[in-house]
Amino acid sequence: MLKLIASRLATAVPSLIGVVIVTFMLTRVLPGDAAAYFAGPAATPQAIAEIRAKLGLDQPLPVQFADYVTALAKGDLGTSLSTGQPVAQEIASRLPASAELTLCGLILALAIAVPFGIMAAVRQGSWVDHACRLITTAGVSLPVFFTGLLLVYVFYFKLGWAPAPLGRLDVFFSAPPTITGFYLIDSLLTGEFETFRAALAQLAVPSITLAIFALAPIARMTRASMLAVLSSEFVRTARAAGLTDYTVILTYAFRNAMLPVITTLGMVFSFLLGANVLVEKVFAWPGIGSYAVEALITSDYAPVQGFVLAMAVLYVALNLIIDITYGIIDPRARSEA
Amino acid sequence: MHGVADLSAALSAPVREVAGGPLLEVRDLTVEFLTRRGIVTAVEKVNLTLAKGETLGIVGESGSGKSVTSYTVMRILDRAGRIAEGSITFSGLDVAHAPESAMRDLRGREMSMIFQNPRAALNPIRKVGHQIADVLLQHVQADRSNVKAKVIEILEQVRIARPQERYHAYPFELSGGMCQRIVIALALACRPQLMIADEPTTGLDVTTQKAVMDLVTELTRARGMSTILITHDLGLAAAYCDTVMVMEKGKVVETAPAERIFRDPQHPYTKKLMRATPRPGITLKDLLPEDEPGSAAAPLPAPSAEPLTPSPSPARGAGSAPSAAAAVTEPLLKVENLLKEYPRQGAPSGLIARLKGKAVPEEDAIFRAVDGISFEIRRGESVGLVGESGCGKSTTSSMVMRLLDPTAGKITFAGEDISAIPARDFAGHPMRRRIQMVFQDPTESLNPRYTAARAIADPLIRMGKVGGGAKLREEVEQLARMAGLPLNLLDRFPHQLSGGQKARIGIARAIALRPDLVILDEPTAALDVSVQAVVLNLLDELKHTLGMSYLFVSHDLHVVGLLCDRVIVMRQGRIVEEGGAQEILESPKAAYTRELISAIPHPPV
Repeated sequence: MLKLIASRLATAVPSLIGVVIVTFMLTRVLPGDAAAYFAGPAATPQAIAEIRAKLGLDQPLPVQFADYVTALAKGDLGTSLSTGQPVAQEIASRLPASAELTLCGLILALAIAVPFGIMAAVRQGSWVDHACRLITTAGVSLPVFFTGLLLVYVFYFKLGWAPAPLGRLDVFFSAPPTITGFYLIDSLLTGEFETFRAALAQLAVPSITLAIFALAPIARMTRASMLAVLSSEFVRTARAAGLTDYTVILTYAFRNAMLPVITTLGMVFSFLLGANVLVEKVFAWPGIGSYAVEALITSDYAPVQGFVLAMAVLYVALNLIIDITYGIIDPRARSEA
Repeated sequence: MHGVADLSAALSAPVREVAGGPLLEVRDLTVEFLTRRGIVTAVEKVNLTLAKGETLGIVGESGSGKSVTSYTVMRILDRAGRIAEGSITFSGLDVAHAPESAMRDLRGREMSMIFQNPRAALNPIRKVGHQIADVLLQHVQADRSNVKAKVIEILEQVRIARPQERYHAYPFELSGGMCQRIVIALALACRPQLMIADEPTTGLDVTTQKAVMDLVTELTRARGMSTILITHDLGLAAAYCDTVMVMEKGKVVETAPAERIFRDPQHPYTKKLMRATPRPGITLKDLLPEDEPGSAAAPLPAPSAEPLTPSPSPARGAGSAPSAAAAVTEPLLKVENLLKEYPRQGAPSGLIARLKGKAVPEEDAIFRAVDGISFEIRRGESVGLVGESGCGKSTTSSMVMRLLDPTAGKITFAGEDISAIPARDFAGHPMRRRIQMVFQDPTESLNPRYTAARAIADPLIRMGKVGGGAKLREEVEQLARMAGLPLNLLDRFPHQLSGGQKARIGIARAIALRPDLVILDEPTAALDVSVQAVVLNLLDELKHTLGMSYLFVSHDLHVVGLLCDRVIVMRQGRIVEEGGAQEILESPKAAYTRELISAIPHPPV
């Protein structure tokens, strides 16, 4: 197993190098001049040139790149021009916010989609199957900002069940001390249960919004892969041996059907992490997605590079976890490594 | 032959014993399937009676309803199928109307099943020991504390070497024969009264088949079990069954004691099946039904037709003595000291995994799939390459076809050393036209998005000089006629055709460029015997008409004996024996060849 992890990590190195190069190049070729933006609309060409020199943007690209890589090696992702904060620090504080939201959404989606998909496959053609199809179609058809706004309208404005959609915590609470950066976990670890409840209340509606979106691919994949496995020969053998439906469906079929579901899960997670910008906007969530979009609009290089790099590292880590999970479930994958 | 009734099994059986009555009785069973095109009757008015300790063979070709009948007995039809009419009585229990929970208790404990393709029949990601344990625990034949010991005991009974170790093996780590033993262990774990074996040895080597069947017979007889053996192989049914029931298109056409049905078949279909089964001492023509003698293919175009004339090969007589005619000519293909090595560890090739299951010394870092073999094929000669899976016959044919690069050795084709051409370049080489191949699986070897016409035209488009349009179509139609494929099927896609028709497409495609050598890789292994008979005759006719040579790769010595002039027997990468087909079949010299021949079951005629 260690060998597998090492070999997977080794294959990730070239892609990370590629990401560093591409993000660097991409931010340089994007339209918009950071120096002009920061000098303000009334600045003289001289002032702009001065700022450009200060930012190092007058240097040739290879020199800029060398500087960037050297800084990166020291863990320095640069400083955001618009906020003046070091990018590494901003990402460290905002990534947990996004990750907490995404993970909660994903876990919620999994908790609903997987049993739903299994039921739909086992009772193919029944009302569960039709309901599954309807909900998954609706889930992918409705854009997240729309479902988000709809949920806010219903649960906050009309019913008053949810708190105001303003960030991770109600203004009357203070954030728990940072241990993991996940408010739910930190508040539990420090025993601040009131804060936990407040954080959970804030998290509920945006998580549901994301979950509705993530539901569709997971449920469909579970259903399709369960159907394939249920019609396979070893399931027939298990039935012919008189095993109960429970054993056949969960021990025999589901474990095999999980493999493609896990692959889908990895894709859904990374997709959500980047794509929840809209949800973060709707719920004023201080996440990494909204941070990156704002930086992109202002041609603020450093945060964009930092964001893409963080995403790439996350993605590599995610794939590693998926590979390991695969190895745990499927002995054939283990032996091939 | 009624074995001593197993006392413990009898005591634990919850089902009422009907004194003197049959174990299983099926009356007027009709099974229907709900399909998109309406209701299809898969089984119609089937009657069968199975006494305790009796072995019944159900014989028929694909689509005869033999599997559906047995699935219905166990009530494991998929959801589209239902019992439309009739009754099934098992030990006094009405199977057709029993509640599902009662059926579940019955399955595995009182009646069980072993399947075709044992590797697919086992859960790929669960240890085989645990799979057997699941069944024992389900039927309360063991508890958590002693289940492992019981499983190992069962593994020993099915002759699995090192059962302690194998308990922890996954199916992909075991050979096909070994997997089938696990499936048998699974089926016999709870000592059922009835075992249904659905093509249990299809896809296994003949010697493995014999070992598996002998094991099943021994275990079921010792326990006084009743067995239903479903097979397409008349020889197998004859060798292992008391009574044989022949099915055709969902109906039972004949039921009789095994000896009588083969000595004195009554129904025309039974006679046809009997004739189509390859056996010693017959010729290819004998395989075909009596009433349609001669041509297997549609009428061939006159041999004088211009494009039909085989360019490089000498004219020959109508082939009653091909060896004599071929002996004078120089060899078309000459293989010298051919060697193919694979690294043992970490090789990602699927071939290795297949080969590894065989008994070869594990300590060597290098595995020799083909170990220095030499042979020749003369013009117009058919040579059979016979051996069991893992013997290197497919590797050899792939090297001759230049799909694989040999590690060492020389392949000379029509005077030119083709082993020097890298496999990757050979596809575009002019020599490629002259060697063609017919593949084992007629379905898998066709592009599902190509029509029959497009599939046949493929080599013409890629390597032929035929322009296009009408000329190409004309050529394709002629090839289809030669291969006996009705012209109105040319615009169909593979999924709309039968196995035999797809096999004809594969053959038409292979002869499109008028090759000198055609490599036939088990071309009939996936076909029913009656279709196999027709295809074999077609191949033989085409060989004589076009003057081609065949390298016929097969595991079935009888089939090879019918089509080939000479036979090469391979084992573990080496040639064990080589000689005339008749000579090898009638008086084999090598012990291994004798073993192969004796392992083939045949009808007692």
